[in-house]
Amino acid sequence: MKKTIISVGLGVLVLSLTVMLTLTDHGTPTTPLSTLRMKYRQKETPSVDHMQFTQLKKHFSTPQEVTSACIACHNERHKEVMQSSHWNWERQEYVEGKGIRTLGKKNILNNFCIGISGNEQSCNKCHIGYGWGDEKFDFKNPLNVDCLACHDNSNTYIKAVGGAGMPDASVNLTNVAQHVGKPMRVNCGTCHFFGGGGNNVKHGDLEKALFDPTRDVDVHMASDGEDMQCVDCHTARKHQMLGKMYSVSSMNRNRVECEQCHTALPHSDDILNKHTLKVACQTCHIPEYAKVNPTKLYWDWSTAGKLKNGQPYEEMDSNGTDVYMSIKGSFVWGKNLKPDYIWFNGTASHYLIGDTIDPSKPVKINALYGNYDDPDSKIVPVKIHRANQIYDTQYKYLIQPKTVSTKEGDGGYWKEFDWNRASEEGMKIIDLPYSGKYGFVETEMTWPVNHMISPKNKTVPCADCHKRNNGRIASLTGFYIPGRDYTSWVEYLGTGLILVTFAGVLIHGGVRIAASRKQKEKST
Amino acid sequence: MKREYVYKGFERFWHWMQALLIIFLGFTGFEIHGSIHFFGFEQAVKLHNVAAMTFLVLIVFAIFWHVTTGEWRQYLPTRKNLRAQMEYYIFGIFRNAPHPTKKTVLSKLNPLQKLVYAGLKVIVIPLMVSSGLVYMFYRYPQRYEVISLNIAGLKVVATLHTLGAFLLVTFFIAHIYLITTGSTITSNLKAMLTGYEDLTGDEQSPSKKSNESH
Repeated sequence: MKKTIISVGLGVLVLSLTVMLTLTDHGTPTTPLSTLRMKYRQKETPSVDHMQFTQLKKHFSTPQEVTSACIACHNERHKEVMQSSHWNWERQEYVEGKGIRTLGKKNILNNFCIGISGNEQSCNKCHIGYGWGDEKFDFKNPLNVDCLACHDNSNTYIKAVGGAGMPDASVNLTNVAQHVGKPMRVNCGTCHFFGGGGNNVKHGDLEKALFDPTRDVDVHMASDGEDMQCVDCHTARKHQMLGKMYSVSSMNRNRVECEQCHTALPHSDDILNKHTLKVACQTCHIPEYAKVNPTKLYWDWSTAGKLKNGQPYEEMDSNGTDVYMSIKGSFVWGKNLKPDYIWFNGTASHYLIGDTIDPSKPVKINALYGNYDDPDSKIVPVKIHRANQIYDTQYKYLIQPKTVSTKEGDGGYWKEFDWNRASEEGMKIIDLPYSGKYGFVETEMTWPVNHMISPKNKTVPCADCHKRNNGRIASLTGFYIPGRDYTSWVEYLGTGLILVTFAGVLIHGGVRIAASRKQKEKST
Repeated sequence: MKREYVYKGFERFWHWMQALLIIFLGFTGFEIHGSIHFFGFEQAVKLHNVAAMTFLVLIVFAIFWHVTTGEWRQYLPTRKNLRAQMEYYIFGIFRNAPHPTKKTVLSKLNPLQKLVYAGLKVIVIPLMVSSGLVYMFYRYPQRYEVISLNIAGLKVVATLHTLGAFLLVTFFIAHIYLITTGSTITSNLKAMLTGYEDLTGDEQSPSKKSNESH
């Protein structure tokens, strides 16, 4: 008995020792978070005070005069800006199956407001230039560069609605010019949070809540935390920003990666580190997007054009979100959304102007490539935006309608509510014939979700994917995930074996008991 | 009737540790597999891996013990008495017939046990250890790495590991039952706990046993 106790005791000792040793956190993460925190908490003080420059102590009557003053000192910077996609709204991209094409906001269609062609006066409010109101805009004139949109630190600079990029009349240019500096979230957000004609319409993970977010909304940008700015990750070299969106780009290059700071092995747990080969950081660290305000999920252009007493109108839901607008049609919004998940290798295809479509199935405006077997692919979270948008039923391509109206009788849909006129005028601008017959076709856009990183304790739990049914990545199949997948014949065979053995034991035991009773009866 | 020291200290320690670990591995393993829910997936994975490493250590010691003591010979399968042993479990046991194989210190296992235990040691445990190690240390194909270490996916490894797990559960059920088939219901259990067992040899003539075994 003593020996038994000793051996059991020994066993428990060995077991607990092993448990302790294995559970102890030996490895420190490659880049300790504390180091990163220190780095980004240190706020830089600018090395110059623009208020003291005599060149800026004067009245500016046009924004171009401000640019001229900027260029007078920063005399090469405008050239860098004019090479950027913020300026050109296009770049050369290799699109699989289509070759090298020049694409960008300038010439690509989406399934929100569709495209800028013919609508520059309104859309190009967000161009970093002055006066891109039509195709005659001079991209070579340095004085057209809007330095202030990005570099205003006075928080008073706004661009005029429908002003083709010109500042609003209310802006005190002198004050703004004297308060320039590094771009802050508010500079980028003014445009990037409102793409598609309203807050959070397009991205779902970029919206006005990020002007002043809590840690729960975004750990990096949190005002009560590191308060990181967009340009801390989207670093710039000679005005070429790191990062781009797959709504307007195709190639696996110039991407912002979490690894820039966090390295490829950021966890202290090796099992988690192993995931990083196939699973993007965002997949686990963005449990949901549109955390504060809703984002658009579906846009039906076909219902546009209804009028009340000859006047366009809007309908809101109980939360004050537009669900119908005569000028745009009906919308479905969503909040606190679980992303969709896809394999993505960093390359994408696009619907390009004039491409033929098959209206019997949803048209992919962009498609992100990737699959399990591709070593460059990872599972990434995405938002899928669906729409029902106008196309030419005879020529079978998407239509670029003219929506914005700048003068009487120009066909702008938002004034005239006539799709034929809007199509005719819009297609004229992009040099494609319009047959005169239009219809509406279902379209789909895929937007990677990269922001709104949650704090550690809100990370997607393992079991959200590692579970039998309805896991987050249930739609991604063809590979084995523990906890989700199994091999049916092994399940049947194994369960069968267990059941047969169990039954055998019961029967055998039962007969033994019965037999021994009989024998006892006999012997008595 | 003779009280013999059948199971040595290490042997019992090894047996019970192994039992604990296999039960624990089975429990956490089937949670990872998605069959049961108790610890939660994340915790189950951690515990399973700790238990697996502990088991590996135990296996190393067990192999050392078996080799140095020569006890490994106990598991050499034999066809002698195999049929008689089967017949005993199918018929004899109900008629209270004597065990066809005499248990001695030098030959603790009946031919069926030898066969099953050898199967465990040679097939199932190595299958579990090797598939388990691959499961832990596999690498997906990636660029700039040693290609020979890569596996394309977990499917084959996981399937084999699960198959082995089912076999072990089956063994476990049969084993729990069969320990009640000793000379008394609890004699086998007591022997594995204390090390001592009344080795009765032939019920009718206890003296015969010692003659046979030497």
